[in-house]
Parts: sequence; structure tokens; C-alpha cells
Amino acid sequence: MNKNIKDPYQKLKGWKDIPIGGIIEDAGNTRYYNTGDWRTFFPVRDTKKCTNCLICWIYCPEGCIKVKNGKLTGIDMDKCKGCGICAEVCPVKCIQMKKEEAK
Amino acid sequence: MKRKAVALSGAGASAEAMKQINPDVVAAYPITPQTLIMDTFCEFVADGDVDTEMILAESEHSAMSACVGSSAAGARTMTATAANGLALMWEIVYIAASDRLPIVMNVVNRALSGPINIHCDHSDSMGCRDAGWIQLFSENAQEAYDNTIMAVKIAENKNVLLPVMVCQDGFITSHAVERADILDKKTVQKFIVPFNGGHHPLLNIDKPVTSGPLDFFDYYFEHKRQQIEAMENAKAVIPQVFKEYSKLTGENYDFFEGYRLEDADVAIVVLNSSAGTAKYVVNELREQGRNVGVLKIRVFRPFMQNKIVDMLKHVKALAVLDRSASFGGFGGPVFNEVRSSFHEVYDQKPAIINYIYGLGGRELSVEMIKQVFNELESVKEGKLGERVRYLGVR
Repeated sequence: MNKNIKDPYQKLKGWKDIPIGGIIEDAGNTRYYNTGDWRTFFPVRDTKKCTNCLICWIYCPEGCIKVKNGKLTGIDMDKCKGCGICAEVCPVKCIQMKKEEAK
Repeated sequence: MKRKAVALSGAGASAEAMKQINPDVVAAYPITPQTLIMDTFCEFVADGDVDTEMILAESEHSAMSACVGSSAAGARTMTATAANGLALMWEIVYIAASDRLPIVMNVVNRALSGPINIHCDHSDSMGCRDAGWIQLFSENAQEAYDNTIMAVKIAENKNVLLPVMVCQDGFITSHAVERADILDKKTVQKFIVPFNGGHHPLLNIDKPVTSGPLDFFDYYFEHKRQQIEAMENAKAVIPQVFKEYSKLTGENYDFFEGYRLEDADVAIVVLNSSAGTAKYVVNELREQGRNVGVLKIRVFRPFMQNKIVDMLKHVKALAVLDRSASFGGFGGPVFNEVRSSFHEVYDQKPAIINYIYGLGGRELSVEMIKQVFNELESVKEGKLGERVRYLGVR
């Protein structure tokens, strides 16, 4: 390959050095990949209404509800896909989904 | 090794092979003319002749999906289908190959709809020749039996790990009873050896992996490159398996079978049951002093272009018979493969023509094959004529 051509993928492993069949051998590799890139809606939490019941933490499929000492401290927006499950399950309706453009 | 002579239909021969293989899991959905295989095999399951977990799926899409899950888990997995059933599997057929799962599937060749037709042609398996499966074709019940057993060993080889499709002609082979010589179960088990679970068995809890994840512009191409390499490896593994199986049966197996081909001036290339009719015609014409021969394709994927060139380059005129059409292309898929194999051959090569025949089960008669050989005589004399011709169409 012409070395003058900038190809961002040339630094990645070649076909002889990766496992066959598209297998991923290590667990938890999503931490190296931001799943929040293609979000349409994002969650906004009303901290006054929130009772820290942590039901959203249980339901969030991406595990991006941050909790410290039993208290909800924030949402990891690098990983949040904007699915809205947290807003749906919140018993006190303290999470609202807003459109990205509204940011 | 002494074999037992039995009377079996092609479908019965495939089912018998499956019984002796005793797969861990079989998932299937009935479709004519494949149904006879699974119907027979389900009797083996019901009678306790096999230990197989039989999954009666609600569609072929589900059947192949279950096969993917089962094979990924590390179980020896088989299925069977035909025509529209294979078409409904399509999406998962590619995934089975991409996930490098050594599933063995009997395909009883039948015309794809529409109009709806349950009879033989090769549009089903030719349609998925680029799906990444190894494709073996069977002339008769004997070959359906042998190919099914060898398919397991080819698929599961660590340098291959690809699914294998074993094809036979719908009704013509699948439902016609003929003699087949079969091995005993113990010999088959010893030949195929226990399955080691494939490349990353999901049931290996000591080494958990993610199977079938997303793969974008970063690694998809590399995984396809690996699949291409696996097919290349299969070119070396298949003859080894043939040789090993040959020790059990005393027969010879190869990618292609040449029949009275060594001194032939004109020849036809054909696969599956039509090869039997062609050989019959060759014997008749040979008695009249004509130098005619047949090349039968047993392995279509991977395709050994150098080998076919070696076997056919001395022939002056060659007809490739295709039992499927490639609409808008120049001739059928087998023709394209054979013809392009000769592209870089400059010194000596045959004039090659194509015949599309037998679509939707239209009979290929002895007279039609004689017609092909007669037309090849004028091709041999340099009158090339139409490159793509039709046999038996009104």
C-alpha cells in the first residue's frame, strides 16, 4: 500500500492476527467504544423530584446510570443511547427525554 | 472394509448417513422433496436409534438459526432443506459461514418459485454459491451417503471450519430407490471422530466469548479475508478426507470425475444425476467409435480451476450443462466457472458452449444428450454457433 495514503485502519490488526468467526474473546470491551454517538433523545433528570430508588439503574441496558453511596450522581452520556427506558420506568417521572437539537 | 449393499432412495441414503453420524442437534422444517430425509431421520429419533436433540422449527429461517446457535454452542449440528426453504434460510446461511460453524446440510435440489414448482433444478444451491459454504454434489444415492459422511469431516477440520452443503437432485435421486453400499455405524464414528466443539464453543464456561457481534469498516473485511483463506485451505483438506474415506470403501473420490475423458475429442461437463445419463450415452457412442467423455463436478465450492483445466485442455469441443439460469448473465453459473478457468490458457483449449437444461424438472433424455454430442461435432469443426443454447425448451 502507498504509505502516503492515510488509512486510519492500517494500524489495526490484520486478518491473520484476529480470532475467526467474528468472535470477541474479551468481555467488557464496550468500555472502549462510545455507544452514545447516534443518540436522538437524551435524558434530563429533575434532581429535586428524584427519590434515588435506583430503578433506572436496574433497567438501563447500557449501565450508564452513575451511582455513588446509594445516590444517583449522573448519567454517562458517552454510553447513553437515548432509549428512554429510564424515563419510562421512573415511578416519580423525574426523567424527561429531550431531543438532541434542544441541547 | 466390507460394505453392506442396501436398497435406498437418495433421501434414505442421506438419512442413513445422518443416523450413523449421530449428530448432537438437528433442526429442520419440512419442504418437498427434502421432507423424506427428515421424515426418515425423525423415525430414527423416535425409535432411539440416535441421541440427537431434534428441533422441529416453525420455519427454515428458524431452523438455520437454531443450527447456528447449536453449532456455536459446540454441538455437531445438521439440517436439510430444498428450494424455497433454502431461500427462506438465506440470511442465516451466510451467518453460519461467517461465524465459521461446521454445520452439514443436505440440500435436495428443487426449482425456486415462481411459478411454484417442486421438481429438480439447481437454482437453489447455485443461488447461494457465494454464501461461503462448501458445496458437494451427488450423482446418486451412493454419493449422497458418502458425501454426507465426508462433509462432516471436511467441515470440522480446524483449518476449514466452514459449513458444507451436500446436494442431490430432487425426486430423480431423492425419491428413486437404488443400490447403495453402506458402512457400519462404528466405522463411520471412527472416521468422523468426536467433534471438538469448533473454534470458540459457547458452552466452554472457562473461556466465555461473544458470538456474532457487530463488525464495521474496521474488521469486517479481515473476517471475509479469513473466510476466503478457509476455502483455500479446504482445497487441501478435501483430498485428504477423500483419501482417508477411500481406504474404507476402496473407491476413488476427487473434485471432478472424468469418465472416458482421457482420449475424448468432445466432452460434456455436468453435475448431479445428469452425469449418470451422460455416462450412459457416452458408452453408447463409444461403441459407435466416437471419442466422447464426461466430466462430473463433485465439488463446486471450492472450485479447482487448475485441475479442471488439466482434465479438459486436450478436448476440442466442450459443452457445459447448467440446470439453472443466471438471468442477464452470459450463460449459467457452471459455464461461467469452467469458461473463466480457461481464460489464461493459451496453447491448447476447447471451444466451450453452454446448455441450459432441465429447469423445473424438465427431463434430460438420452436423446437430448446425443443431440449435445452431435452439435459438439460441428463446434469441433470450428463452427462455434450460439454460445448459450437451450435443451428441451419449446
